[in-house]
Amino acid sequence: MILNIAIILCFQLVGEVLSRAVLPFVPGPVLGLVLLLAACAAFPRLHATIRETATGLLAHLSLLFVPAGVGVVSHWGLIAESGPALLVALIGSTVLALLVGVGVFRAVARITEGRA
Amino acid sequence: MTEVWQLWTYLGQEPLLWLTLTLLAYLAGDGLSRLAKRAPLVNPVLIAVILLAAVLAITGTPYATYFEGAQFVHFLLGPATVSLAIPLFANLRLVRQAWLPILLALVAGSATAMGSAVAIGWALGLEGQTLLSLVPKSTTAPVAMGLSEAIGGAPSLTAVLVILTGITGALIVTPLMNALGVTDWRARGLAVGVAAHGIGTARALHVNETAGAFAGLGMGLNAILTALLAPLIVALL
Repeated sequence: MILNIAIILCFQLVGEVLSRAVLPFVPGPVLGLVLLLAACAAFPRLHATIRETATGLLAHLSLLFVPAGVGVVSHWGLIAESGPALLVALIGSTVLALLVGVGVFRAVARITEGRA
Repeated sequence: MTEVWQLWTYLGQEPLLWLTLTLLAYLAGDGLSRLAKRAPLVNPVLIAVILLAAVLAITGTPYATYFEGAQFVHFLLGPATVSLAIPLFANLRLVRQAWLPILLALVAGSATAMGSAVAIGWALGLEGQTLLSLVPKSTTAPVAMGLSEAIGGAPSLTAVLVILTGITGALIVTPLMNALGVTDWRARGLAVGVAAHGIGTARALHVNETAGAFAGLGMGLNAILTALLAPLIVALL
């Protein structure tokens, strides 16, 4: 358990260092994700080792957004200043992005996997 | 009565109380979500946030005091993001097979999220810093806040918009996709990861493992793409 957490934190740490030093526009944890994926591909045993810990953490991914979510309520004044326009733009663009994303994926998959 | 007050004053300043309440509020939200058989509108994040916001309002506790305790939970977002490599690795074969649909859906979804937010906001009379703060709202919070500052938005407003976008995406993705009859978990997952980052990914992980893996992929790729596209979108304004 502790070993697995240490492994995951090491990948985050290396990702963070790379982000600061070389790729400032990619967040450290995302680089850590890419590095861990590459390491799992090179050493499949690594995947088997940390699988349970990682899955356990991800099963409660929702929990980790709660502190930031409470921050939204305490900063509600920022939203209220702009009135409903901001919320309409936010909800409308999220619906459109979902529709376009899923539509493009399906259309391209239909062409490339046409034989299936 | 003064003893109770003294105890409250002590506990209210300590991380223990707020950390405990954060976990309890989440357990309540998650329990209700399970009772409702993961119905999309009974979102565990939303329920926990409402409960905690009510406690803060009633007790007059500032957010900064609350965050002293909650930061331990908040910190785990980084390791959890790294952990997304695990479901992704398990689905690597599916990802390799579908690299072209993934790439094109990513670009189209990301550009739509930014472009349509600005277009709708502008049409409704938003301008200046507020409008610019909307641009990076579909990507993960640290990237979005950094970008917001770089393009002339307000990072604190962007942080709020990022969380609201995530909750919106998590609430509407399942009914929307079911209504459209989309049964391809890859497409559903990728779309919600691109449009609604980690909160959308958390929802996808509850629904289907493949959807969760593709959502994590969409979130990670969109963090990179948003950083590249946001300045272009702003240049077009």
